[in-house]
Amino acid sequence: MAIDAATVRKVARLARIAEPEARIEPLARELTGIMNWIEQLAEVDIEGVEPMTSAVSQPAPLRDDVVTEGGDPERILANAPRRAGDFFVVPKVVE
Amino acid sequence: MSSLTDLTLRAALDGLASGAFSSEELTRAHIEAVEAARPLNAFILETPDKALAMARASDARRAAGEAGALEGAPLGIKDLFCTNGVTTTAGSRILGGFTPTYESTVTSQLWRDGAIMLGKLNLDEFAMGSSNETSAYGPVVSPWRRTGDPSPLTPGGSSGGSAAAVAAGLCLGATATDTGGSIRQPAAFTGTVGIKPTYGRCSRWGVVAFASSLDQAGPIARTVEDAALLLQSMSGHDPKDSTSLDVEVPDFAAFVGRSVKGLRIGVPKEYRVDGMPAEIEALWEQGIAWLREAGCEIVEVSLPHTRYALPAYYIVAPAEASSNLARYDGMRYGLRADAASLTDTYEKSRAEGFGEEVKRRILIGTYVLSAGYYDAYYLRALKVRRRIADDFTEAFGKVDALLTPTAPSAAFALGENADDPVAMYLNDIFTVTVNLAGLPGMSVPAGLDARGLPLGLQLIGRPLDEGLLFSLGGAIEKAAGFSAKPARWW
Repeated sequence: MAIDAATVRKVARLARIAEPEARIEPLARELTGIMNWIEQLAEVDIEGVEPMTSAVSQPAPLRDDVVTEGGDPERILANAPRRAGDFFVVPKVVE
Repeated sequence: MSSLTDLTLRAALDGLASGAFSSEELTRAHIEAVEAARPLNAFILETPDKALAMARASDARRAAGEAGALEGAPLGIKDLFCTNGVTTTAGSRILGGFTPTYESTVTSQLWRDGAIMLGKLNLDEFAMGSSNETSAYGPVVSPWRRTGDPSPLTPGGSSGGSAAAVAAGLCLGATATDTGGSIRQPAAFTGTVGIKPTYGRCSRWGVVAFASSLDQAGPIARTVEDAALLLQSMSGHDPKDSTSLDVEVPDFAAFVGRSVKGLRIGVPKEYRVDGMPAEIEALWEQGIAWLREAGCEIVEVSLPHTRYALPAYYIVAPAEASSNLARYDGMRYGLRADAASLTDTYEKSRAEGFGEEVKRRILIGTYVLSAGYYDAYYLRALKVRRRIADDFTEAFGKVDALLTPTAPSAAFALGENADDPVAMYLNDIFTVTVNLAGLPGMSVPAGLDARGLPLGLQLIGRPLDEGLLFSLGGAIEKAAGFSAKPARWW
């Protein structure tokens, strides 16, 4: 399955990664190479097989729906690239 | 260098207990070894002041009669484990000086038991790689060299810093993680012991996520017994990880040295791959002979879907990674690039912060999860994963454990496989099946190749049967008598 330049641009956009134009064609070749190698999965008979979504066959545990930790804005904001008071500062979202 | 850095963890703990030396002396010797070994680039961050403070506190605890199971032992921590107040990078620029305000469960248990942190160990970026060359902080150089050839070799990856540091005598043991072989392949390349336990044995809380259904923490150590002591401390149920198993942690070290007589050991015929070097084949035969001499019965088994494990992995792991790594958006922590709009800020931050291999995997993952391809790739890979896991279940109906080579070659030169992603991925051909099935797997050093480089054998067990792997690993260790160490050039 060939991945073309337009697909690379689309996927890079979905992944929110700004790929420079010079990387688009090389990436198309690299991803095509990887996906062609992956194509061999089509040989496997998967009729009636349940998808395996977890390596652990146990039901997901439940806990009480209560606050266990919180009220500590300094720890939450300790690594903020930019902050104002107890808020993260982000680029303008709404015009 | 002081002989204190040549000790096994077990011998060091005995020396501390008998008062032959203090943790401060032991730690100081390791700090000096770390400083002298900077050409290896094994550490991203050295924390000597913290180490000495921890060592003094440890000596005080011991004096007060409160010594823990790892009391006073200096360890290295893979820089994928969040450490409270100590920068954590995951080998990436995108974390941008991130300093956790919390401690990973695994490391907190090591400190609970008295261990000392020497620093944070280098790794492939987000643990994505098999040679340590994708680290934003430069590759780790293996302490091992081919006989008469000074070319720099890879220590393997992604836990290359952990393996190199243990092999070079910079720490008594190290934490590591394994998503497709990242504990076992570097252990094989450096003549060390590495075990990836059963999925769920160690908490993933506070470990930077790569592929959550495959990631497991485990130790790299100099001996099978040392690996058992470390895994003991690292294991256990954690309510903060919903996939953590609420099961008893047995005394792993007690399994080392137990008889393996009468055990049935499977040799999977599909692991005899085309182009496997004769030396790997011979090592495998030697391992089979050792276990037979120890009283095991050797049985050929079939794992028919083995060849599909790597391609399935390269759908499942990138799909989970693309989702996990979506959190790096430059808003709450990590690198933020300046741009006019929110979307441009995301795209530029991620373009500047991620390296090429990580970007490649995010793009593959995004592609296979995107509309129109989800069923054809992702869902199919999950079904193939079930086939692979079922192969093991079937085999474990006939045998108690499996024996295979750990890696398809000895360590290669830095730069040797850099141009072809798929060639690099093939390093994990014998290890990745174990992650897909969630089983425990251990690499034990078994010999040197003709060029003087270590080779490892892999043992694979039933879920939660690490104890048996420690017994079998101990038997191979004893039979192999592996005592080679890298000649010091750094």
